[in-house]
Amino acid sequence: MTADAGVPYLAVKGISKSYPGVRALVDVDFDTKRGEVHALVGENGAGKSTLVKILAGAVRPDAGEILIDGKPAHIATPRQSEAYGISVIYQEFNLVPELPVAQNVLLGREPTRGITIDWSAMNDRVASIFARLGVNVPLQAPVKTLSVAQQQMVEIAKALSVDAKIIVMDEPSAALTSNEVARLFDVIRTLKAEDVGVVYISHRLEEIFQIADRVTVFRDGHQIKTGPVSQFSQDELVRLMVGRTLDAHFPTLPPEPASSTSPLLSVRHLTLPGRIDDVSLDLRAGEILGLAGLVGAGRTSLLRAISGADRIAAGSISLDGRELHLRNPHDAIAAGIALVTEDRKAQGLILGMTVRENVTLPHLELFEHGGHVDREREAAAVSKLAADLNIRTPSIEQVTRALSGGNQQKVVLAKWLLQKARVICFDEPTRGIDVGAKHEIYELMVGLVRSGTGILMASSELPEVLGMSMRLLVMREGRIVGEFAAGEATQEKVIALATGTTAAAA
Amino acid sequence: MTDVDDQAKALEAKAQAAAAAKRQRLGAALRAAGIVVALAILLTILNAATHGDFLAPNNVLNILRQIAVIAVLAAGQTFVIITAGIDLSVGSLIALTGVLMAGVLAGNTNPIEGVALAVLVGLSVGGAAGAINGLPVVKFNLPPFITTLAMLDIARGLAFLYTGGKPIEIDNTAFTFLGGGFLFPGIGHLVRIPGIPTSVLIMLAVIIAGQFVLTQTRFGRYVYAIGGNEEAARLSGINVGAVKLSVYIISGALAGLASLLLAARLSSGIPQSGGGSELLNSIAAVVVGGTSLMGGRGSMTGTFVGALLIGVLYNLMNLLNVNSYAQDVALGAVILAAVLLDELRRRYFAA
Repeated sequence: MTADAGVPYLAVKGISKSYPGVRALVDVDFDTKRGEVHALVGENGAGKSTLVKILAGAVRPDAGEILIDGKPAHIATPRQSEAYGISVIYQEFNLVPELPVAQNVLLGREPTRGITIDWSAMNDRVASIFARLGVNVPLQAPVKTLSVAQQQMVEIAKALSVDAKIIVMDEPSAALTSNEVARLFDVIRTLKAEDVGVVYISHRLEEIFQIADRVTVFRDGHQIKTGPVSQFSQDELVRLMVGRTLDAHFPTLPPEPASSTSPLLSVRHLTLPGRIDDVSLDLRAGEILGLAGLVGAGRTSLLRAISGADRIAAGSISLDGRELHLRNPHDAIAAGIALVTEDRKAQGLILGMTVRENVTLPHLELFEHGGHVDREREAAAVSKLAADLNIRTPSIEQVTRALSGGNQQKVVLAKWLLQKARVICFDEPTRGIDVGAKHEIYELMVGLVRSGTGILMASSELPEVLGMSMRLLVMREGRIVGEFAAGEATQEKVIALATGTTAAAA
Repeated sequence: MTDVDDQAKALEAKAQAAAAAKRQRLGAALRAAGIVVALAILLTILNAATHGDFLAPNNVLNILRQIAVIAVLAAGQTFVIITAGIDLSVGSLIALTGVLMAGVLAGNTNPIEGVALAVLVGLSVGGAAGAINGLPVVKFNLPPFITTLAMLDIARGLAFLYTGGKPIEIDNTAFTFLGGGFLFPGIGHLVRIPGIPTSVLIMLAVIIAGQFVLTQTRFGRYVYAIGGNEEAARLSGINVGAVKLSVYIISGALAGLASLLLAARLSSGIPQSGGGSELLNSIAAVVVGGTSLMGGRGSMTGTFVGALLIGVLYNLMNLLNVNSYAQDVALGAVILAAVLLDELRRRYFAA
């Protein structure tokens, strides 16, 4: 393990890439040695993805060169990239869900005996790769039955099966629980020990300090700074990424509404078999009520039930003391309850539609006039919202697919501000969006509660749920297992309740 | 970073966006101009090759009459395909609604009452069959490929059961006028044609109405939204089931209308009709017109252009005495080329 000696295995020099209207990368240098974890950080749109695509052979740079082992390399296709020992693990996995693990790992490179596949050789090879990684994954289980963390291990095994020298991981921890992240880090350390280099991309800065050797900051397509992790503090990374100092990570919250005020939303004994078990809660106008818990604890199910996305089996949901009988999201929206889903691409937006069309979709009837939709009034309303929310888009006629994550999230939010929702359920409000946009979303949430909206917020990021909640409920296995007032909760207390251990409290 | 920097950057971004928009508009204008010029040249050459027959008013009229059935079918198909569905039953529905209309006309002595009843039966039976296509899709999430494939068999079988396999003649001039008659003879005289065929006017009305519904109404927006992302549409409060059911009903009812045009032109209800290229040509017209089979994207005007392209192609090959088997080969090649070009254009302009 000679992380510092010699020529880096992979180096790019003076790389530039422009798209119409955007300079995605400008004269960037970047390198990774074998046995090193090199973190790449930057806001969305900073150029990380473009660099990844260039390394993967999916995009050709306009200028600059790629060096492998010090020699110029020609990477024009994904196959060539693979031949140079570069493997990229994207956020969306490249796996065949129906096929078993072993076949996925060696897909397209199956060991053969004559013209048939040598199944036992295949299993042996795959088993030995997982043994090297020190992880246990059922080889014959179809990939779709695995957890996200296990699927990630399959991707890593796939990379090792082609003898990868450098593995690029794009937001590998985004969908993992904290336990799973810890296991991922064990695997990354194993990879380091085997002299594999890792390019680690993440928005979670605290992770960088746990796992990376070096870090490079990108901003607006420029490489801002590269150096050993020990030279940076988290605040400095944030400052370099956004190009300014964020006054605080979280805005100042308005005071918690008095508990004597009658609740805006009341949930009583809500039950969905197998997912939510007898949950009751009250949300007051002007309150941000946080929901913490592990993945699968029932936070998402609870928000979906309250917003009509899933039918409840038992219990009641009342708004202003009147019981609602929600059959579908339409009923909830009509009552004034909106859901900002955790997966904006799959559930929040219609990516092929424009900003305007997405924003007005829930309330198109407002713009109907004599049997047709009045586009000018639509555009006027959406333009105003886009300005209010600072949605950065060339025009409201831009298709939402082309926007960055943070701006996409603002479009989703705009959907529920057009006809102001009384209760907004946020599921992972800032997942996968950059620091600057996060801050803006937080500010918007504060603005909403100031004007009397009630917010229910589920988040897997503990700092977020601690920093943004006026009151905090902890869920475990479909039940509410604890409640904290603002300021009372600590990471340790919440984790202890969420995992059902008492160790942390001791 | 200072405010001045930020402002400068904002201005630069704005300028870039404006430049990009300008490029896009220029691209669109060039594209439109290019297509018009290319089309004009092509038409002139083709017209010369056919010794002036191709662009003769009578022939142009013929092409429009010939595509009327396909275009009306394709209009319904467009709604379904934009929701990422498919309707395989339209050909058979032509047969079923056609023989039923012929039966109604045969059993009714009052010609006007007969026509009214026949039209009602044709459209509502088509619409009802569409509802039967759509219900299992909406309620049980069955693939529309399967439900409409089943309807393809059912409707064809019913048409044969009803007629015993023999055509039913239509002897009602008010009805046949809808498929074979002419309106506005005054305009017709100017260019030495008998007038504008009713079937062409009906087709144009359907296309214009379809375009209006798709682009100008709430329902149309919902159709695109569902095809683009059904779950996001549902979570936005759209009654996805009702919209999807509606597109199959529209497709079925328009199959009934297409059947009316065909039966009126042929003066009979034929159980074998709609069993040839109608179904596939209706899908081809939609796809050639730029509508994605994956849903979420497409237009009614595109579909009309697609139907027109197919009609022009057949017509030209007939004028040029191309062997009918070779015609099929050419049509297939043109469909492939058209869709490929559309895809390449999209990629180029999306980059």
